[in-house]
Amino acid sequence: MPNLYLVIPEILLAVSASLLLGFGVSKTKNRAPIVRLIAIAVLVLYSVLSFLLGSQDGEAFKGALIIDGYARYVKFFIGMAAAAGLLLAGDYLEREKLDKYEFSVLTLYAVLGMSIMVSANNLLALYIGVEMQALALYVMAAFNRDSLRASEAGLKYFVLGALSSGLLLYGISLIYGFTGTLNFEAVATSIQSNGLSAGVVAGMVFLLCGLGFKISAAPFHMWTPDVYEGSPTPVTGFFAGAPKFAAIALIARLVMGPFGDITDQWQQVIIVLAVMSMFIGAIGALRQTNIKRLMAYSSIANMGYALVPLAAGTVSGLRGMLIFMTIYLITVIGVFACILQMRIRDGMVERISDLSGISKTNRGMAIAMTAFMLSLMGIPPLLGFFGKLFAFYPAVQSGLTWLVVLALIASVIGAFYYLRVIKTMWFDESEHEFINPVRALSWTSAISALLLIGFVMIPFVARTGQDWISIAATSLF
Amino acid sequence: MLVAISFYLLAFVAIASAFMVVASRNPVHSVMFLIVTFFSAAGLFILMGAEFLALLLVMVYVGAVAVLFLFVVMMLDVDFVELKQGFLQYLPFGFVVALILLAEMIMVGAAYFTGETKALATYSGEKSNLERFGEVLYTDYAFFFEAAGLVLLVAMIGAIVLTLRERDGVRKQDITKQVGRTRETAIEMVDIESGQGVG
Repeated sequence: MPNLYLVIPEILLAVSASLLLGFGVSKTKNRAPIVRLIAIAVLVLYSVLSFLLGSQDGEAFKGALIIDGYARYVKFFIGMAAAAGLLLAGDYLEREKLDKYEFSVLTLYAVLGMSIMVSANNLLALYIGVEMQALALYVMAAFNRDSLRASEAGLKYFVLGALSSGLLLYGISLIYGFTGTLNFEAVATSIQSNGLSAGVVAGMVFLLCGLGFKISAAPFHMWTPDVYEGSPTPVTGFFAGAPKFAAIALIARLVMGPFGDITDQWQQVIIVLAVMSMFIGAIGALRQTNIKRLMAYSSIANMGYALVPLAAGTVSGLRGMLIFMTIYLITVIGVFACILQMRIRDGMVERISDLSGISKTNRGMAIAMTAFMLSLMGIPPLLGFFGKLFAFYPAVQSGLTWLVVLALIASVIGAFYYLRVIKTMWFDESEHEFINPVRALSWTSAISALLLIGFVMIPFVARTGQDWISIAATSLF
Repeated sequence: MLVAISFYLLAFVAIASAFMVVASRNPVHSVMFLIVTFFSAAGLFILMGAEFLALLLVMVYVGAVAVLFLFVVMMLDVDFVELKQGFLQYLPFGFVVALILLAEMIMVGAAYFTGETKALATYSGEKSNLERFGEVLYTDYAFFFEAAGLVLLVAMIGAIVLTLRERDGVRKQDITKQVGRTRETAIEMVDIESGQGVG
């Protein structure tokens, strides 16, 4: 079967998750760390397999899934981000007495769901992928079930997620009703041959709104701060990265694929989402005192920036979105590796003021955190600058200069709270010392900080990386 | 003729029991009438030639949803007298909803009598539609079937993770231990001196 060959990475995930679940119910001692290690290995293997093995493109399961350069690129980073998330979670889960093997199994299923989302070539596959990752994430948000705030976060996420599923399904049924097919290419052909009907446009808007919930684009961002604050910190770090990348990749595939011919219809929706997210993210973060809430608003704003190049609707726009999201993913993993190091003798602390004066007590972490904040602001030698450059340039090219001007204004507002974090770390009096972090945390933050330094990355950005991203972006057209 | 009789019978039972769902005072009776309504609706589907839909209706709505309602009604102590207290307050709103529904019904009826109807697409193949479903469900739609199964598995894992509590100090029956007992381990021979008692 040539079809099954293409989906070996997904099969690997599904089979190993189920086998690990079976191993987990055995009475083996220390089974949670064992399952976690195997799961990390499986995720790395999944990334490598999905990127290297499938050098040929094609459709699997009678067009339900499509495997192309774009899907391979996104899957590689999703798998790596999830592996890093599990690696960071280990120490936290053990200390907070939450170390259950189901955490790793649920992560694997969430990545499987994202993988289906990224490869979806059919509205039914899209919905199943979204639901699979969402269900796993709801449970992970409420994983600390004895904490009131975690339960509230899980419940809030679940209720709003159910609402977004409703929007998605309504959109899907409208599109199915008006085009008579679920397949992406067939939807595009139907729009070409039968012209545009109001039902298809309405369905498309509902679809984009439902997926807007998943990337927490304003005005569908209400759940983000509370869920980010209430969930266990490693889960928050995971939420901020991989699921967003999968969802925005799915949005890009939708607007370039089935709705590729009606650019002017979806462009307005994307622009509204982008502008609102950028400003609500930037202004909402100003008054936050909790670092996790701050990162929630920062992720809302960054999703807005990522939608800017998408609004251009060109190959270079798609490339810009991929570069921006990749750099954002690396930054977010590093930031959360730092936040997980904010532990004093009594437990975790998460106020921004708890970071005061750590330049004297924890110099390494202060330097790394400064690099992340500067990169999120977009200061030149760091990769964040290149992310924004590649993201905003295509929008200027396709005549959306005013949108880029708005994005730059939002970036300047956002720079205030990133700078405040830096000022707290370097110029305020120290309150307490953080205890020594485990090696996995400090190494992860150090590696992702190093990756962000533009000079180290220039060969990558200039040649190979650019080639990969260009192949990925052109495969959607 | 037989079809017509069964249609009117089923339709009458469906409407009557639907009315009783709202009218009966005991909530448990309401759920029972709801089940009767579902069964009659399933019968109507069979008359239309949609036997698969009918079976699904019975399995999903009677087997799962109605039983869940029964559980909720019986387990949770819902005070229905209190719920009915806001009745007059909500009356205008209910009246508006009822008017809209009535208008919709009249429009549907008008469309029917003016002849602007669309006929139900009937399927007249040699295979039943259940067989047709079976043919594509495990071939063209095998991926969706399996993936949906995984979604349900994730939901199940989630429910267990969030609710299962392993309690310490629970004495469990260990059957292998019980069966593995021998005379030597189970019986202790004690010499009791006369006049001392078993102490």
